[in-house]
Amino acid sequence: MCSALTVQVQDLSAAYRKSKVLENINFEIKPGTMTSIVGPNGAGKSTLLKVMLELHPSIIGEVLFFGEKYQKAKSKIGYVPQRGSVDWDFPTNAIDVVMMGLYGQIGWFRWPNKIHKERAMGALSEMGMENYADRQISQLSGGQQQRVFLARALVQDAELYMLDEPLAGVDATTERAIMDVLKCLKERGKTVMVVHHDLQTVEDYFDQVLMLNKSVIAHGPTEEVFTNDNIMKTYGGKLRWMGGKLNV
Amino acid sequence: MFDFQFLSYNAQSVLLSTFLLGIAAGIIGCFAYWKRQSLMSDALSHAALPGVVLGFAVLGEKNLFVMILGAAITALLGAWMIHLIRTSSRVKEDAAMGIVLSVYFGLGMMLLTFVNKMPNGNQSGLDSFIFGQAASMVNKDVWTMIGVATVVLIMMIIMFKEWKLFLFDPSFAKGLGLSLTKMNVIYMALLVLVIVVGIQAVGVILMAALLIIPSVSARYWTDSFKTMVILSALFGGGSGLVGTLISTLGSGWPTGPFIVITASLLFVLSLAVGRKKGLITLYLQHRSKQIFNGLKQMEEGQ
Repeated sequence: MCSALTVQVQDLSAAYRKSKVLENINFEIKPGTMTSIVGPNGAGKSTLLKVMLELHPSIIGEVLFFGEKYQKAKSKIGYVPQRGSVDWDFPTNAIDVVMMGLYGQIGWFRWPNKIHKERAMGALSEMGMENYADRQISQLSGGQQQRVFLARALVQDAELYMLDEPLAGVDATTERAIMDVLKCLKERGKTVMVVHHDLQTVEDYFDQVLMLNKSVIAHGPTEEVFTNDNIMKTYGGKLRWMGGKLNV
Repeated sequence: MFDFQFLSYNAQSVLLSTFLLGIAAGIIGCFAYWKRQSLMSDALSHAALPGVVLGFAVLGEKNLFVMILGAAITALLGAWMIHLIRTSSRVKEDAAMGIVLSVYFGLGMMLLTFVNKMPNGNQSGLDSFIFGQAASMVNKDVWTMIGVATVVLIMMIIMFKEWKLFLFDPSFAKGLGLSLTKMNVIYMALLVLVIVVGIQAVGVILMAALLIIPSVSARYWTDSFKTMVILSALFGGGSGLVGTLISTLGSGWPTGPFIVITASLLFVLSLAVGRKKGLITLYLQHRSKQIFNGLKQMEEGQ
């Protein structure tokens, strides 16, 4: 039963310096689902992904992917960090960045070959970016950079994709391209977790929602869990909801 | 290629050493540039000075290996102190580097005065570690330099894609299974190695310039990381070669300053006419675009 779950998080806590940002997190993610992680700024959404991926230390708790520890399962996980996490002035082009997703498969200390390049090209065209392969990454728009990042995760051919705010500050074309690809991944039985900031699109885009504010406020199918009540609990009084249906 | 017959055998080996040093420093400097640690290399070179002097004091004679060991120890100690100051206090990294840089350099100078008063201390030629005296290098130093440059070159070539990934996106690199600790250790080891063999030739103060200037200059010419590393190596090697040649023109002229001046001239040139980001290049591109648009508008107007 254990291994039938894609992600299991048990009693997870983490801190930055001395202030706790995640407290007693427990949840499970089933395969083939598409989960959005929502919560106010500073709720620990990005930190949650980083702690799960051992990029940030946890104080206590356990995270299992496919029933195994991260170190054993990491080849099955594709991570798309926030766009702002790297320096886009770095001298390289789009295809090169996508190729980085293959470095693990190419093997350390070896050089990529033609087949790798073709696969990277395939991932770029999946994102509608084939015409930008040789473009300097600094000369891509924010949305295009985001698509390059997603393409880099796609070539990894992972089972679980974890994306940190992929739709933040991107243009409509990019948002559509990214959501199409994510839906396609889901249809192919892959599992997707997305840190998301736009409450208006949660119901349209995701079948599961995990509402987070230091600890898990609610988690489950979007239609059951994404209620006014839970949104209020997650965001406290900080939210002014502009949508019609969810008026509080 | 070039005919250096007019130079003595010793001068030729000095030339070769500073050329190789420039190449090694150019490559490592590129890594430091993208790790945003250019200033760190400056702090490390200064922190190496007390180690060099202590290395001499322990044996009472100039033994390159012991002096390098000493330099490596104090340089790494300096790096560790920067890290400690930054993480355990409110002091920011640049200030922490400034503190470590000056304290270690002061300590080195103080030790140097003591050592110079030791018997045979004044013959040690240790003063040359401040401004560099490539002419004081002997055959064995040349072999050291060849060794270091070869190690740096090999590490750069076989780990090229690992360096790129490590410098561009370390957290993603970690996700792919690349050990950041190992990469950091290798990077630090290479950086310290280049610094400690380099300070004899160009001196503590100017070593950092050789690490920083070639990579910054290279950035103005290219948008490819590979080309940037190669150019940076060539700029560093070229500066080493030309600077040393100039310093052989006068007796007792220090090598370091001439190497750095050469590197700086290359930088000014790159800043002005670099193919990708040179200021004049950008201005001309901008102008020609304006003229082109102007002509187009005129045409449409007719």
